[in-house]
Amino acid sequence: MKITDRFSKGEFVVTAEVGPPKGFHVDELVAEAREYLSDIAAVNVTDNQSSVMRLSSLGFCKALKDAGLNPIFQLTCRDRNRMALESDLLAAALFGIDNVLCLTGDHTKLGDHPGAKPVFDLDSVSLLHTVCELEKGRDLGGNELVGEPPVFAKGAVVSPCSDSVDAQLAKMERKVMAGAEFFQTQAVFDPERFISFMEKAKQFNVPVQVGVIIPKNVGMVRYMSQNVAGIVVPDSVIDELRADKEKTKAGITGVEIAARIIRECRPYCQGVHIMALGWEARVPEILRLAGI
Amino acid sequence: MLVTKLKDKDTVRSLIAGKAFIINCHGCKEVGFPEKEADEFQKELAAEGKVTGVLTMDYICNPDNIALNLGLRKNEIDEADCVLVFSCGVGVQTVSSQLEDKRVYAACDTYAVPGGQGVTPLEFDCRQCGECYLNLTGGICPLTACSKGLVNGQCGGAKDGKCEVDPDMECGWERIQRRLAMVGRLDALRSPVQIRDYNNEVKAE
Ligand code: SF4
Ligand code: SF4
Repeated sequence: MKITDRFSKGEFVVTAEVGPPKGFHVDELVAEAREYLSDIAAVNVTDNQSSVMRLSSLGFCKALKDAGLNPIFQLTCRDRNRMALESDLLAAALFGIDNVLCLTGDHTKLGDHPGAKPVFDLDSVSLLHTVCELEKGRDLGGNELVGEPPVFAKGAVVSPCSDSVDAQLAKMERKVMAGAEFFQTQAVFDPERFISFMEKAKQFNVPVQVGVIIPKNVGMVRYMSQNVAGIVVPDSVIDELRADKEKTKAGITGVEIAARIIRECRPYCQGVHIMALGWEARVPEILRLAGI
Repeated sequence: MLVTKLKDKDTVRSLIAGKAFIINCHGCKEVGFPEKEADEFQKELAAEGKVTGVLTMDYICNPDNIALNLGLRKNEIDEADCVLVFSCGVGVQTVSSQLEDKRVYAACDTYAVPGGQGVTPLEFDCRQCGECYLNLTGGICPLTACSKGLVNGQCGGAKDGKCEVDPDMECGWERIQRRLAMVGRLDALRSPVQIRDYNNEVKAE
């Protein structure tokens, strides 16, 4: 089901994210997704996330779809040229996967195959444009597709807490012009920053899902704040994690913080995208605490 | 070795809001320059009253040399709303970096042809892509200043203004954004979707 249909109904749309394994044994992951993520609108499947080679996003999307979940096919431009991207989009349509999230992708140098060729034949903007072309029944070479063209809900990402917020807004506008119909954001730990970003972003009139990562411990958030683009963790969050070590260890603090971020951002956006990073089992609890 | 070819004349004309100051580079023997076509086009522009002055010199990519010459022609440059450079991508970037608050445009596309490269590369690099983007990017080459060679804007990887690939390197698109703001051309960020044509990178006929 196209996730855009949910936005048009005015729902507060909840999605989460799972990463395919380094290998092809998916039973456990699929069972886990069924157990904890069946009630939400859709589940993103990452595409060689952080440039670490894994089972393909498309393959895992198919496995989730077969298990009755609604996958969002994440597609990056790092590993495939325009022809390979187009043919994977057609394969997604064949499998009935109709949500796609278009990303540029991290550079190969950051991952576990640093010597691999970084492709970047297209980028997030031109990939969105490509999806629109396919929907019109032709490919990027201008050749006609055979039969009914595919239809996708086209998503993109944006970093509301980036230090280059102007460049991010400019890029967001370009993505909207290229066909983006919904946005998921990089993780937000500081609702105020997100709210002031949304003040500027609402002019584009597209649904935005606030990105949320469950903070597991002080080390994790410190690392992200220092090293991950677009992530800023306020001291108050670090203090909170530090205050009661047992509670934090049990995951309760992280769940509380995540739920609070969602509650505070909810009036300003159209949904939430939870990146549980292995803590998928906590997603239902977070949503309950957040009042969703 | 590389060759430059004139861009479409009307495209170039559309960049000139009022008048242009023109710079020609006849430096490298390694660069094939469309001297005759450039001359004809410049005469047309002059007849239309669109030119405040013309500077023709060797090696505009030599920073000291070009700085001196730009200084000498300051009045004509001030009078123009933009500077139109007829050279390879390195030349345009050199001029652009020295006239930070001026709109500097490329009048040519730079193509590669097999053989040795000129002695130019300083801090600026041109990959001879054959479809010069400098007019959309404030005179900063998106193919060499951005680690992914992105032509439609910044990726999400910049941290504290640095590129995700190399923390010692400033994010190219952040520089482009700043420069476009400085010359009042942020509208260039709303250009139509750019898709590279790799035909132009490998052959120049
Ligand atoms: S965009 Fe860059 S690589 Fe292409 S011609 Fe211009 S300076 Fe050279
Ligand atoms: S961080 Fe900046 S320079 Fe580096 S790849 Fe992304 S846009 Fe290009």
